[in-house]
Amino acid sequence: MTTFTVNGEERTVDVPGDTPLLWVLRDELKLTGTKFGCGVAQCGACTVMLDGTTRRSCVTPVSTLEGADIRTIEGLDTPEAQAVQAAWTAIDVPQCGWCQSGQVVSAAALLYEIPNPTDEDIDRAMAGNICRCASYVRIRQAIKDAAKTLEG
Amino acid sequence: MTITQNRRSFLASSLGLVVAVSLPLRSRAQSGAALAFQPDGTDPTFAPNAFIRVAEDDTVTVIIKHIEMGQGPMTGLSTLVAEEMDADWSQMRAENAPADDEKYKNLLFGLQATGGSTAMANSYTQMRKAGAAARAMLVQAAAEAWGVDASTITIANGVLTSGDKTSTFGPLAAKAAQLTPPEDPPVKDPKDFVLIGKDRPKLDSHAKSTGQAVFTMDMDLPDMEYVVIRHAPMLGGTVASFYDTEAMKVPGVTAVRQIPQGVAVYATSTYAALAGRSALSVEWDDSAAETRSSAQMMDDLVNLAATGEMKVAEEAGDIDGTLTDAAQVIETEFRFPYLAHAPMEPLDAVIQVKDGSAETWGGYQFPGFDKQAVAGNLGIDPSNVKLNVMLAGGSFGRRAQPTAQIGNEIGAIAKAAGRDGAWKLIWTREDDLAGGYYRPMTVHKMRGALDAEGNILGWHDVVVNQSIMAGGPMEQMMEDGKDPTSYEGSTKMPYDLANLRVNWVRAESAVPVLWWRSVGHTHTGYATEVFLDQLLEAGGKDPVQGRLDLLKSDMTRDRAVLEKVAEMAGWDGQKVKGNKGYGVALHESFNTYVAQIAEVEDRDGFPHVTKVWCAVDCGVAVNPNVIRAQMEGGIGYGLGSVLFNALTLGEGGHVVEQNFDDYRMIRINEMPSVEVEIIESSMDPTGVGEPGLPPVGPAVANAWRALTGTNVTSLPFKTTAGA
Repeated sequence: MTTFTVNGEERTVDVPGDTPLLWVLRDELKLTGTKFGCGVAQCGACTVMLDGTTRRSCVTPVSTLEGADIRTIEGLDTPEAQAVQAAWTAIDVPQCGWCQSGQVVSAAALLYEIPNPTDEDIDRAMAGNICRCASYVRIRQAIKDAAKTLEG
Repeated sequence: MTITQNRRSFLASSLGLVVAVSLPLRSRAQSGAALAFQPDGTDPTFAPNAFIRVAEDDTVTVIIKHIEMGQGPMTGLSTLVAEEMDADWSQMRAENAPADDEKYKNLLFGLQATGGSTAMANSYTQMRKAGAAARAMLVQAAAEAWGVDASTITIANGVLTSGDKTSTFGPLAAKAAQLTPPEDPPVKDPKDFVLIGKDRPKLDSHAKSTGQAVFTMDMDLPDMEYVVIRHAPMLGGTVASFYDTEAMKVPGVTAVRQIPQGVAVYATSTYAALAGRSALSVEWDDSAAETRSSAQMMDDLVNLAATGEMKVAEEAGDIDGTLTDAAQVIETEFRFPYLAHAPMEPLDAVIQVKDGSAETWGGYQFPGFDKQAVAGNLGIDPSNVKLNVMLAGGSFGRRAQPTAQIGNEIGAIAKAAGRDGAWKLIWTREDDLAGGYYRPMTVHKMRGALDAEGNILGWHDVVVNQSIMAGGPMEQMMEDGKDPTSYEGSTKMPYDLANLRVNWVRAESAVPVLWWRSVGHTHTGYATEVFLDQLLEAGGKDPVQGRLDLLKSDMTRDRAVLEKVAEMAGWDGQKVKGNKGYGVALHESFNTYVAQIAEVEDRDGFPHVTKVWCAVDCGVAVNPNVIRAQMEGGIGYGLGSVLFNALTLGEGGHVVEQNFDDYRMIRINEMPSVEVEIIESSMDPTGVGEPGLPPVGPAVANAWRALTGTNVTSLPFKTTAGA
């Protein structure tokens, strides 16, 4: 049994300790906004916030999460996340959409750390998130748009 | 694949309007177009045809017959309907059509299918007519309700007006539903378009930015089990025997069954199914499998280019005599590897079987084939199968399966379970990359003849690869044993080459192959545009002016995109400026014309592409926003494959690349900035999902050759140029 907080709610799951958080979220807690893309922390589709930093849920065993605070795309409500999602929608970043939950989580975390990221900052923060549709041009633009919105 | 529309069959089918149905309103739709995608939809009040439902709350739901996998048909087809109905964009909703090869057929294919960049091309008139019919019926309903002549009624932004009377669509829906749909409603003159031609926000962007969009893998049903399959590690291998004792000991594993595709592990969670699969022991029969390595297969293709059975795909003039008499003959052999599509959502499907009926959910791109496959596996009539087409997390051709690969797998899983129930099939990335259905490995052996002044006199291209169409239901489209998808783009070039021959040699392998974003053009675009650039260079010609001079006089659309892109990039004939090289390419595919110029730097011996200019002519630009997105995406997808990707078979035929750590995707730091301009046109719209891809590889290669002197003829760059 492992007990942790997901999107502000305390959850207890009874699964083998080596089960990756990704499958706990998707199969047990029915939070399917977090996506499976590779299972080996190469694509970033499964990115969530774990105790305030980004984490690849596909390689995070549930046994390591006792007492942890997890935020998924469904519960992302910071000003940064809202600005990112608004910017994403405004310029139609998503194509197929499968990777975008992970992209949004990574982008919101970037803006929390660096309110006015340069292109190099964006490259560093977002290079772990693959978009097979190559929506990268718009991801870059939307992050800059969100940063402007947050500046007010 | 280029397909011309048969006007007669189109007219016969486009207005097969179904009878209007009127059902009580169950729930009000969410407000705001951004939340539009609702798989369950809103019950209709007014359904003038198979494509449109108008509800009492004013929402207009468009039934989309093409699968949405990122290329934009939900938004594009809804735009056509909204335009003709004079609806307000905020009231539009989109919903996937169920499987129905008659009602929802692709008018260019004759069955329900998405592919060949045809969604807009085949829907343009059909969806406008559907919208116009709905509009006429709403107008008639208002005329009767208000006691006015229909000609006095105007509609703008979803509001009907006559004198001091106004109404939105909803209050008129029930009355309109009683009317008979018009036979052949007139559509707008393009000069009156309000929505078509302007940037339109996509209907699914918000749901996809907030984790709310529901894909196949997100489906959940009561008592659903999770299933993974151990597929043969050798392509073409089959199960000889298996031992499930250890697998069955894994907590949560409920069953292990042999199916035609391998061994299926059933469990109460995805992770238990994966753990059970790892514990499974399978002996394989590799007698029919491909056992050559990619290197051996490439050697065989090269040999076939000289010794194989040559089919003539195109011929003009006297190429043999021209090559014999030429002042200079240039020869280049291009080699292209297998490529995997690698959609971000790996293949998957869900099925529920109950009392002799089945319902299935999936990213089904040829849903009719999959429906038949499910029915066939279960031994039930197709009328007892309900198929739901889901949002797909990418495809790039992978889900366009004439062999109904996924329909067969999910059907076999349900059959082997031997009971009523619900199952979700999940492929891992390893299943995806090692699972075959690749872009065919290909060789182009090219020869060009120049005269003493450097003019191109002759062109010979021998294309060698496996056929995609042979051995499946598409084989009937082959003529004289020739598969046009193997060499499309190397034939019918826009250039005036009086002496020309294109040959095709068919290669064989147990490795299954499939159309991969832009199909034959993935390699023909590269081979023809790099080789042409070499010939122009050898003849001392400018890459842009040389191409313009070579274009046949009636190739006005090719000329326009090439001139436009040269203007955008400020082309001045200098192929190298400072540390940057510049290369151009022009390629038409799927009746869409694209020219690109790439700006490339040499970073530690490997190309870094900083910018791509792109000019496109796809006829009427229904939604410029989506067209630009597809050009950007096609450029990124094509660039990544040209730079990094080869799906290789190692010694003995085992697939080498198993996940994204060795099958490397292009990432944001490698993505160039992209500038797109769309040529204004009144021609009927053509596709944009694929045509942005073919020119990027050769444009980069031509820039790289200008910059470094290295002509990359064996892809990807990674193996040729290192890094």
